[in-house]
Formats: sequence, structure tokens, C-alpha cells
Amino acid sequence: METLIFYIFSAILIASALAVITVRNPVHAVLFLVLTFFTCAAIWLMMEAEFLAITLVLVYVGAVMVLFLFVVMMLDINISVLREGFVKNAYVGIPVALIVVFELVAVVGSDRFGLDQVPAPLAHAADYSNTKELGRVLYTEYVYAFELAAVVLVVAIIAAIALTMRRRPDSKYQDPSAQVRVRRNDRLRIVKMAAEKKNKASE
Amino acid sequence: MIALSDFLILGAVLFCISVAGIFINRKNVIVLLMAIELMLLAVNMNFIAFSYYMNDLAGQVFVFFILTVAAAEAAIGLAILVVWFRNRRTINVENLDTLKG
Repeated sequence: METLIFYIFSAILIASALAVITVRNPVHAVLFLVLTFFTCAAIWLMMEAEFLAITLVLVYVGAVMVLFLFVVMMLDINISVLREGFVKNAYVGIPVALIVVFELVAVVGSDRFGLDQVPAPLAHAADYSNTKELGRVLYTEYVYAFELAAVVLVVAIIAAIALTMRRRPDSKYQDPSAQVRVRRNDRLRIVKMAAEKKNKASE
Repeated sequence: MIALSDFLILGAVLFCISVAGIFINRKNVIVLLMAIELMLLAVNMNFIAFSYYMNDLAGQVFVFFILTVAAAEAAIGLAILVVWFRNRRTINVENLDTLKG
């Protein structure tokens, strides 16, 4: 039963990954990538990596893929130009990929990493929590790396904003600091002048 | 029962699909970025498989950091893509030759 589920999910995973790199429309490619991540999260659940599986769905599908979708929909892309040389490159790309897959399978195949060499791990107790254990090592052993990851994210935020921010001279916007700095004398001018004589002609 | 080799072969196949994707979509930067995401996913699959079968949480911690860095990479990559599109009105890799390298 478990094997059957694994093969079904693997088939969906590989089919959707193939669709990501072959479909014509980039929006469809992003949606197939979402399916790939979902299926991968299911396979990670089978390997008892519950926290990472949920993180993959929430962070990757929920945030990164939506960002991809925003950008793809925002850009006005001429697909036909980008598809030039698709078949020509496929003649090189597919043999290379097949050779790499054969080499990798020869290395990680079942004669080295099969069940005889690496037996399946024992099941954990019912009250075992993957999230709790992961948090325990993350905040003790790997806390320095964890803080570095936070710094990497801050750098990424600042870099992304700095890259895309621009001053548009034609757009009207308020400058709050100038508004706060303004004094009475900048706006109001009191004029001292002699009173006007009453005009005789108007009487 | 599923062996470790099954997960590793699945990761290898996923990796090769993304390598082929980089080859055949040489002109489209968005699909190139997506192929890189697929590649990272394949690597993460291997890390989690080894973590499960070796009963060691270090692999999962590593995947956690890879996810963090991949999110940062996607954000900056897409920001560069937007700036480039704003300047050149295209995302064709062939036009990425301003530096004449």
C-alpha cells in the first residue's frame, strides 16, 4: 500500500516537472510547479518530515510561487520569440539529461542504497513530534546558522526593494518631512501698508 | 517497503528534468528560474531521504536553510528580472549582452 502511494506520487511529480519545462504558457508552467511542490510535500510526509512538508506548502506555494505568478502576469512576454530553438536545444538537452540520469542511478541504485544495505528506520513512538525535535536542534546546535539565515533574508528584502524602487518625476507624492519642517513664515506673509483713501468717484 | 534508493532515484530524475529544462528553455529567464527551483527541490528530496533513513535530523535542518536561501534567491532573481524588463522590454536571454562579456 505504502509502495503504491509512493509510485502514484512519484508519477505525478515527474509528469508535472516535465510539464513545467515543456508547456508553452509561463503561467501554466508556474501552476505545474505548484503541483510539483504539493506532490513533493506529500512525499516528504511519507518520510516523516512533517514540518518541512508543511513549510514547503506554506512558504513555497503560498509565497514564492505567488511571487512568481505576479511577475509572470505583470510582464508582457512574447512567448513565440522565447520558444525559438526549443526543438534544436532539445536534441542536446535530452541526451545530456538521460546520460546524467543513468549515471546517477548507477551510483544511487538499489545495489548500494537498497533495503539490504540501508534498512528502513524503526517507527517513532506515537508522541514523537518532528517539529519539536527540529526546533530543539535548530535553537541549540544550529542557532548561529539560524541567525545567519535571518540576516540573509533581511539582505534579500533590502536588495529586492533597492533594485525595484525608482523615483518617478511625473508622479505626485507628499514629502512628510518637508510638511513637518514647514514654518509659519514659509506660508504666510503679513504685509504692512497704508490704508486706502476712500474713493470719491464711487460715492 | 520503500528503499532509500527509490527516493534517491526520484531525486535524480527530478534533477535531470531540471537540467534538461535549462537546456531547452535557454531563452526564457522565468522558466530558467523555475528549473533552478526544481533542482533545489531534488536536492532537498535527497537530504530528507538520507535524514529519514540515517535517523539524523541534521539533514532536515539543512533543508530548512536551503529553503530560506532559495526564497531569498527567488526574490532577488525576480527583482532583477523586473528591472531588466523595465529597461529592455524583453526577457530574452540573447539580449542580455550589454556588458559585452
